[in-house]
Amino acid sequence: MTEATKYTFKDFASDQEVRWCPGCDDYVILRAMQKALPEMGVKKEDVVFISGIGCSSRFPYYIDSYGMHSIHGRAPAIASGVKLANPDLSVWVITGDGDSLAIGGNHFIHVLRRNLNLNIILFNNEIYGLTKGQFSPTSLIGQKTKTSPYGNTQPPFSPGELGIGAQARFFARIGGNTPKEMTQLFIEAEKFQGTSLIEVLQNCVIFNDGCFTKYTDKAVRPDKQIHLEHNKPMLFGKDRDKGLVLNGLKLEVVTLGENGITESDLLVHDAKEPDPTLHSMLVRLDYPLATGIIRAVEELTFEAREDALTKEVSANSKFNKVDDLFFSGETYQVK
Amino acid sequence: MATTIKNSQPEILENVVIRFVGDSGDGMQLTGMQFTDTSAMFGNDVATFPNYPSEIRAPQGSLYGVSGFQVHIGSVEISTPGEDLDLLVCMNPAALKTNLSALKAGHTIIIDTDSFTKKNLEKALYASNPLEDGSLNNYRVIEVAMTSLTKVALKDMGLDNKSITRSKNMFALGMVYWMYDRDMNYTLEFFAKKFAKKPIIAEANSKVLKTGFYFAETLELIPNSFSISPSKMPKGTYRIINGNQATAWGFLAAAEKSGLELFLGSYPITPASDILHELVKHKHFGVKAFQAEDEIAGITSSIGASFAGDFAITTTSGPGLALKGEAIGLAMILELPLVIVNVQRGGPSTGLPTKTEQSDLLQAMYGRNGESPLIVIAASTPANCFDWAYEAARLTLEHMTPVLLLTDGYIANGSEPWKIKSIKDMPPITHKQIKGGDPEKWNVYDRDSVTLAREWAIPGTKGFEHRVGGLEKDKTTGNVSYIPENHEYMTNIRAEKVQRVQNSIPDLKADFNDEGDLLIIGWGGTFGSLHSAAKQLSDEDYKVGHAHFNYINPFPKNTAEVFSKFKKIVVCELNNGQLAFILRGKFPNIEFSQYNKVQGLPFGASELTKKFKTLIK
Ligand code: SF4
Repeated sequence: MTEATKYTFKDFASDQEVRWCPGCDDYVILRAMQKALPEMGVKKEDVVFISGIGCSSRFPYYIDSYGMHSIHGRAPAIASGVKLANPDLSVWVITGDGDSLAIGGNHFIHVLRRNLNLNIILFNNEIYGLTKGQFSPTSLIGQKTKTSPYGNTQPPFSPGELGIGAQARFFARIGGNTPKEMTQLFIEAEKFQGTSLIEVLQNCVIFNDGCFTKYTDKAVRPDKQIHLEHNKPMLFGKDRDKGLVLNGLKLEVVTLGENGITESDLLVHDAKEPDPTLHSMLVRLDYPLATGIIRAVEELTFEAREDALTKEVSANSKFNKVDDLFFSGETYQVK
Repeated sequence: MATTIKNSQPEILENVVIRFVGDSGDGMQLTGMQFTDTSAMFGNDVATFPNYPSEIRAPQGSLYGVSGFQVHIGSVEISTPGEDLDLLVCMNPAALKTNLSALKAGHTIIIDTDSFTKKNLEKALYASNPLEDGSLNNYRVIEVAMTSLTKVALKDMGLDNKSITRSKNMFALGMVYWMYDRDMNYTLEFFAKKFAKKPIIAEANSKVLKTGFYFAETLELIPNSFSISPSKMPKGTYRIINGNQATAWGFLAAAEKSGLELFLGSYPITPASDILHELVKHKHFGVKAFQAEDEIAGITSSIGASFAGDFAITTTSGPGLALKGEAIGLAMILELPLVIVNVQRGGPSTGLPTKTEQSDLLQAMYGRNGESPLIVIAASTPANCFDWAYEAARLTLEHMTPVLLLTDGYIANGSEPWKIKSIKDMPPITHKQIKGGDPEKWNVYDRDSVTLAREWAIPGTKGFEHRVGGLEKDKTTGNVSYIPENHEYMTNIRAEKVQRVQNSIPDLKADFNDEGDLLIIGWGGTFGSLHSAAKQLSDEDYKVGHAHFNYINPFPKNTAEVFSKFKKIVVCELNNGQLAFILRGKFPNIEFSQYNKVQGLPFGASELTKKFKTLIK
């Protein structure tokens, strides 16, 4: 792996011209990834990006590694095949809210359930970009789009809630305008043994500009987001004076110093807690919006289970070659 | 009303068709399979046709819950499970009602009279009891109280009533073994193995089998006893195999021969699931059989595995093929190796899941968006599913384009003797994976000048990092290209690549006569029926030939030439004329007659010969 550490972000930039709209957060994500890849200790030829369809799914063309721009919604299933064929590869799924939560919803939940060691980056912009502005499964009630001129009437999914419901072992959320944290998150996702799901709040400047501004704008970010870190108290705010406590079955925002609250009263984030209850509550939280690694619970991966079973079956098998099988059992001679 | 005819000498027969019918819980499939295996071990040629309802446990005694297993055995070459029955073994009234018409007049029915109760007769919609109203006068009826006799035989064994009545099928089998001079040992050994952990069940079944056998022998109730000599089959080691198992094993052989690991992405569907059931067992060969969340994930996981360097296949049946359409187009434009197996069943929609049909041919050929030709081939007998699975693997790995392999419920579930092939006797398979070389001199869509196949650079290969995708690609670099001329060029070259497969496949051949009055054409699983019909006519000195297509896209090079030697051509299919439609497009100057059937059933030889005779006149 010493060789891998020599890479710079340029080694992962392909010769293809990037074609997203100027100002799109997709550029930020691409750059964060190109910076993260050299830090992961993986060889360039072992990296595979698989995408579906949508603006985000052009991503693999811009990374100089192995990649496939596939068909709408199917990237998790294709990536599963890649990983099962060669578990040594570093496999990344690039998808959007329409791609993974609408047409590809079935593959999305099942890939999380199985827990292969691969990484999914979900570019959530709460809109269909490439098809020019229809509402998506994460669009808000009332949102006016090409297909909801009077306002959207379909309640949205929360990708994290759906993901954790489908047994995601790793879930992280990050604003599309925080490249440094994003780079770090990608590195953490690669380190994690199991399926990592990262939701990026990705601003689409053309069809849904500003949809996340109330959380992600630099001016309000410290007050509106809580960036969770494992083993650290749930503290946020420009002045680091706000925090989260559990009140009954609800999370509640408290202010340090008020009503005798001190830092020791705050919840301490435990991303490794197997019980997903608190993680789900954090995911649902509207104020503050939880970002960072919300859940990271390692357990045996699907490929590890398969590998162990294969070894066990092989050790007990009397068949080494197919001929052993073909000529076994109920055969008879014609003389 | 049982007839008693004594006959000291067994009659020598060339071939016999027997059907075991009963409730879906009566164990008819097992009974039929035991008779088949025993006959094959004895040296007969055999062919089978299981016919069962799609309900797992249909209401007892109902007409639609009848399950049947037909077996054709002979001392001569057997190419179909046969048509008219010599013997019908009938476990209840519903089975009699639904199967009697297949029995030849004057031939034998064995009936379990205990099941002919008022209730069962009503369920079978009999107004009066056929055992009493004379409606069976044209047949030799052997009435046996099988259930009661089974109960008596097992009365001291301490078994519950359900286990006892469940073994009455063995009473029937014992009788049939005696009638056809079969040895019981194979089945007795089968019980010992199958019920090794429940010796009492093994003992009960063995006892009932023997009771049936001796019952037939001693009570002089049997009108006749027959003997069928071993057939003259080529020397070698054989086993009985059905089409789905043969398909699975063909892929195992191809994987070993090519040195690649086998990946199967699949989703359960009748009648293709047995291929998945078989391949999940073989982890020891490095087989990765992945049961996916749906049909689409079945194929797309296979596409991923193929991209990463496995020999990947996906298996399905009609409705599943429809769901896989978009992904097949992806595999095709990526130019990755992939075999798609479609075990056809009656359609459209859910159709007739457990019945056979050939109505997915046009879907296989054209059922995708855009210009997306595939190599399409079809297996034609249960055992040769092995060879065609192997050939599908060879073609896809050497030509770097997906292959669609068609089989059908009839050959998938039917079984016959397979002269076992050793891997060393199989032709070589040379895949296109890049092992080394200079990446600077390599482009994603560089092609072999003969086959037009591109090379297969898999993740993990240093210096060959590249992107592929469903968007149209530049003819060399593989980068996205919207250039009009490039799209046309790529469309044409992908088609040309499939066409050039003609150079690596054998000529079409007409059996019996290579010129004459009538050429009988078929494809896939109808081989046996068409072959027998053609043989019969040829034996009667009609100038008929039989040309059967296994290669459908592309057709063998000499196809038009074979056609030109006959005055008339008839295309026979279990659909409404799909191959005929394709042939008319390819050979507009040739006239094709048709013979079609869409009943979920295979062709019978007599309907075919009748039709062919009218065409020759
Ligand atoms: S349409 Fe929106 S999401 Fe797509 S590239 Fe443009 S800004 Fe980005």
